[in-house]
Amino acid sequence: MSLFNVFKISGSAMSAQSMRLNTVASNLANADSVVSSDGKPYQSKQVVFKAVQDAANQSSTVEVDRVIEDTKPGKMVYDPKHPMANADGYITMPNVNVTEEMVNMISASRAYQNNVETMNAAKTMLLKTLNIGQ
Amino acid sequence: MNKLDAALNFHQTALRVRNQRQELLASNIANADTPQYKARDIDFKSAMQSALQQTTTGNTTANAGAMQQTNAGHMTGQASNGYVGSNSDPLFRSVVQGSVDGNTVDMDVERNAYVDNGIRYEASLTMIGGQIKKMLSAINGQQ
Repeated sequence: MSLFNVFKISGSAMSAQSMRLNTVASNLANADSVVSSDGKPYQSKQVVFKAVQDAANQSSTVEVDRVIEDTKPGKMVYDPKHPMANADGYITMPNVNVTEEMVNMISASRAYQNNVETMNAAKTMLLKTLNIGQ
Repeated sequence: MNKLDAALNFHQTALRVRNQRQELLASNIANADTPQYKARDIDFKSAMQSALQQTTTGNTTANAGAMQQTNAGHMTGQASNGYVGSNSDPLFRSVVQGSVDGNTVDMDVERNAYVDNGIRYEASLTMIGGQIKKMLSAINGQQ
């Protein structure tokens, strides 16, 4: 029954988008974390989506391929009183771009909503199919 | 194919093709943020024609959709699990506004097609319902 596949497809997209929302939350929460567990400044994380094609039919689900760490250098801020300041009095801030993350957040939540609506429409169709001939 | 099957065959096939299209459109919406994903859709008219051909040439509903062998040299075809045949393979949607990550999903187009397809699916359901009511009233007579 292929309408059930719509649930599978939209469900996979919803879990992928919520993972993206998770990384956004992590990035925004750590926008000022000068030290992370490895002693270096926090590095912004981004998810990479991948389409997985179903062999039996031509539809594709989504999965998170990998989570990458942004390698661009962080901003240097002059703060000689800070315990992490280097010899010149500068500290390296995390490379989180707050504006970019806010855009990412809105995009992820809108994509999530879209998939919820797709699922709802498929559910209505299925329920109507069950009522054939009544 | 018996008469009862034949009466409902057209709309049943239509529902199957609509189902398949709905699934493809759901994939497009789901992959709206996947890099290099290309949006796909089926041409309903040709998919419907090939699906109807498959079901009407089959002798019983059991092998409806199976490839017919009329010559010893023909290769055996296997009916895919209720999906329409290879002459209705999904086509790639032409790009109106490309994006930098190579994704060709246009959310407005996809949402539009999804709702349109859903309504047409429900129209077929209503038609089937009407046919069943008609048959029931013929069976019951003037009771």
